[in-house]
Amino acid sequence: MTALAETVWVELCPLESIAREQGVAALLPDGTQVAVFRTHDDAVYALGNQDPFSGAWVLSRGILGDIAGVPVVASPMHKQHFDLRTGVCVDDETVSVPTYPVRVVDATILLGQT
Amino acid sequence: MARTLVVVGNGMVGHRLVQALRDRDAAGAWRVVVFAEEARPAYDRVALTSYVDTWNPLALQLDGAEFDGDDRVELNLGDAVVGIDRQARTVTTASGRVQAYDTLALATGSAPFVPPVKGSDLPGCHVYRTIDDLDAIRDTAERARTGLGRGAAMVVGGGLLGLEAAKALRDMGLSPHVVEFAPRLMPLQVDEGGGALLKRLIEELDVTVHAGTTATVIEEDRGRLIAKLTNGVELDLDLVVFSAGIRPRDQLARAAGLTVGERGGIVVDSGCRTSDPHVYAIGECANLDGKVYGLVAPGYAMAEIVADRILGGAATFPGADMSTKLKLMGVDVASFGDAHATEEGALEVVFNDAVKGTYRKLVVSNDAKTLLGGILVGDANDYATLRPMVGRPLPGDPGALLAPAGGSGGGVGVGALPDEAQICSCNAVSKGDISEAIVVGGCDDVTKLKACTKAGTSCGSCVPMLKQLLTVCGVEQSKALCEHFDQSRAELFEIVRVTGITTFSDLIGKHGSGRGCDICKPAVASILASLGNGHILAGEQASLQDTNDRFLANIQRNGTYSVVPRIPGGEITPEKLMVIAQVAQDYGLYTKITGGQRIDLFGATVDQLPGIWKRLVDAGFESGHAYGKALRTVKSCVGSTWCRYGVQDSVGLAVELELRYRGLRSPHKLKSAVSGCARECAEARGKDFGVIATENGWNLYVGGNGGMMPRHADLLVSEVDKETLLKVIDRFLMFYIRTADRLQRTSTWLDAMEGGLDHLRDVVVEDSLGLCAELEAQMAEHVKGYADEWAGVLADPEKLARFTSFVNAPGTPDPTITFREERGQRVPVLLGTPEVIAR
Ligand code: SRM
Ligand SMILES: Cc1cc2nc3c(=O)[nH]c(=O)nc-3n(C[C@H](O)[C@H](O)[C@H](O)COP(=O)(O)OP(=O)(O)OC[C@H]3O[C@@H](n4cnc5c(N)ncnc54)[C@H](O)[C@@H]3O)c2cc1C
Ligand code: SF4
Ligand code: FES
Repeated sequence: MTALAETVWVELCPLESIAREQGVAALLPDGTQVAVFRTHDDAVYALGNQDPFSGAWVLSRGILGDIAGVPVVASPMHKQHFDLRTGVCVDDETVSVPTYPVRVVDATILLGQT
Repeated sequence: MARTLVVVGNGMVGHRLVQALRDRDAAGAWRVVVFAEEARPAYDRVALTSYVDTWNPLALQLDGAEFDGDDRVELNLGDAVVGIDRQARTVTTASGRVQAYDTLALATGSAPFVPPVKGSDLPGCHVYRTIDDLDAIRDTAERARTGLGRGAAMVVGGGLLGLEAAKALRDMGLSPHVVEFAPRLMPLQVDEGGGALLKRLIEELDVTVHAGTTATVIEEDRGRLIAKLTNGVELDLDLVVFSAGIRPRDQLARAAGLTVGERGGIVVDSGCRTSDPHVYAIGECANLDGKVYGLVAPGYAMAEIVADRILGGAATFPGADMSTKLKLMGVDVASFGDAHATEEGALEVVFNDAVKGTYRKLVVSNDAKTLLGGILVGDANDYATLRPMVGRPLPGDPGALLAPAGGSGGGVGVGALPDEAQICSCNAVSKGDISEAIVVGGCDDVTKLKACTKAGTSCGSCVPMLKQLLTVCGVEQSKALCEHFDQSRAELFEIVRVTGITTFSDLIGKHGSGRGCDICKPAVASILASLGNGHILAGEQASLQDTNDRFLANIQRNGTYSVVPRIPGGEITPEKLMVIAQVAQDYGLYTKITGGQRIDLFGATVDQLPGIWKRLVDAGFESGHAYGKALRTVKSCVGSTWCRYGVQDSVGLAVELELRYRGLRSPHKLKSAVSGCARECAEARGKDFGVIATENGWNLYVGGNGGMMPRHADLLVSEVDKETLLKVIDRFLMFYIRTADRLQRTSTWLDAMEGGLDHLRDVVVEDSLGLCAELEAQMAEHVKGYADEWAGVLADPEKLARFTSFVNAPGTPDPTITFREERGQRVPVLLGTPEVIAR
């Protein structure tokens, strides 16, 4: 068993700076771009911001919704859907985007980094 | 070693033979070499007339026509066979190739018959059989249209094909004259009563019918063609189309010494074998039982027989159903079974309604118990159910079957048909086959049924029956918008309009399920916007919008956006041009003149958009809605102000139209144009609504499109004054917004509309549904409520706050966006796609 590196929780933004059922992009100090989404039930998810099909860094600007009960974001470029929980593309399961741990503490969104 | 089948002719039947053989010859015992005279892969000749709608040959190509990836089929396009050596068993082609065969199949089809009219070989005289023929007709028609006024054309022959040709000519903007030697149109299919009605209905559509006469001579006179008819009439024409029957192409067989029929056609037995046992003939070149069949279904049957025989089977020709149904310029004509009551003792029951314009005749056996045939003109909805009943006991009194009870023949449904009844006569598919595909095969929509049974893939007249059968088998036909709403867009529009619901949450809570998706959210957002619900980014609405609407700009491939200010009618002052130039220079934006007569500024990041728009709005610009399913542009030509030909002020009208309808959200984008005279420099007939000036007013054309499936707009009203014009456009647009499907342009909406242009005219001009006042009031609301969307964003700090690249680093530009230079301007550096994460 390998020891897990300790997760550091970085403060991103107040929950209120994301409107319900929308997303925003966040820039991490190392230049990584993360798409952070807030769903109708105030659950928060974080995926990589790059759309793997077009290469553009735009996933945060997609429409949120559900496909057969799975919470998804649709790429604003060509509408492929990504599972918000796992990052897997629903339309082509061989493709996926990275996911990041997120938490909401005191109405503030925290992003976990290892 | 595999044996060789050579197929001569790659028409519909030749293609079907190759397909059938490849489907069945699992062992690969045969290889197939096809020689085709035409230069393109097999296409749907039955649908030839629809080529005029798209001018796209690929739209007609038959499934699998190229045999891609099948190394057992060698397709030689544009290389006709010119000789057969039956002793050596070889064919020789035009290119000089000699190809040996074990078995030869002739599928050379037929050629149009051109009657011996003097002058029939003049330039401008055409036949109507191939895509190339239609291209040639179009060339002549286009030359005709550069003259002033409407061109005229003569079709020689008033049969099924002649009327199709007349339709094509009318769709190309010519006035057709149909000349038929027999005393009525479609003499083979309809009787005198039906013919009389057909003539009336066709003439109402701007086609002149000359029956009981024929052309004797065609002369050229100063670039015009003058045709003289035996009844003394002279026609002044731009072009002539001969469509006076077909002749089997049996010359090759004749030269090779095969037996041909007295009136032509390669004689074959019931197994489609010619007088040489190694040679088959199928389709329109074959003469079976003394008959040459001019329809595709018997040809397909022959193709299947030959495929079977080649593989050792013993199939024989089952006899052919010569029924026909067509919809010509919106006029239904159907004829089936013993339509002319030739059977001994046959009785005719006729129902002729001159007021409604319908003629219905059933032919029954002398005890009135068995249906023998029938003719339907004006309304052929019951064709699909009546035809399969031919030769079977009638479910009721023939009179009751004909009574126009709610448009369906007194309750005859597919349910009444036995399993062996043929539903698709083109492809010989029975009710039993289809039911099985639905129940056992799991086909739950028409597309799947087509793929799995081939039913509905040729003339399409059985598609309504396929739908009915799906319903009978308990499959519900889905018009659902997406998995969250069972309703169609039009139904949702009505729900929102009638209930006054103003939010997506409310609508999906009460009438849908789940949380929505990228299909229903923008569609509902558009409906809410069409009905006037404030700014499109107000409250929850922002989360429904596609990225373009959400940032009021068009996303580009590198994630930047483009900016398109409105330039009504394409008219702009030098001062305003300078503002655009200055903004573009300051922000380093790539600039381009668009196809919509305005200027597009590319390469803005999300956080630059407000600054750019602040400067544009301050200078008097407003949003051009290039991002929205909304009115885009109203293009104009210079018109009477400057142009020496202009008869009205096209720029003035275009500006007025653009300002009237700006911001109008609709099922898909809306485009318009105004031309100052018939030369049409603004290309108004390629637009959703286009206006062309005449000496006396304005002509309004609707349903045009220039995109993937180009379509010329149809004339809705002519020579109206401006007030009437605006009224009709108001109604047209609102009717479209209410009833169209999601992402359905006006062109496809109009094509799908039952009753077509006539119905549209009834509704928006004659007010047949009593809707017009409501539609106008709705448009008046829109005009009154319009406000510039970008000004709305700039005035609202909350909306402005969303225009940031990074929530945790506002103002930091996106580091992934970089540019390089090309032809003196900045263009995006293409982004790589990430390596796929393996799972
Ligand atoms: C900019 C422009 C090309 C140009 O540089 O000239 C353009 C650019 C785009 N067109 Fe277009 N079209 C442009 C004129 C046209 C025209 C010509 C015209 O309007 O006179 C047509 C054919 C006419 C028609 O629509 O009937 C045209 C037919 C299309 C279509 C096909 C529509 C169809 O019904 O088949 C699409 C795809 C769609 O909308 O689904 C499309 C879609 C697009 C999109 C929005 C594609 C996209 O989603 O990224 C392009 C983005 C524009 C942008 O980012 O600003 N564009 N496009 C033109 C903008 C005109 C304007 O001022 O608004
Ligand atoms: C406008 C129009 C509308 C029609 N509507 C209907 C309808 O509604 N219902 C219906 O059932 N039927 C309809 N038909 C008839 C239908 O299209 C024909 O029955 C069908 O195409 C016959 O198929 P075929 O393969 O026998 O002949 P074709 O489709 O004519 O194909 C024969 C092919 O062989 C080629 N050829 C000829 N000689 C040679 C040679 N020596 N070497 C190589 N190639 C050669 C020809 O160029 C041609 O491509 C319509 C026909 C037209 C023109
Ligand atoms: S359409 Fe007529 S008025 Fe307009 S620019 Fe062309 S020729 Fe002139
Ligand atoms: S009857 Fe023609 S396609 Fe079915």
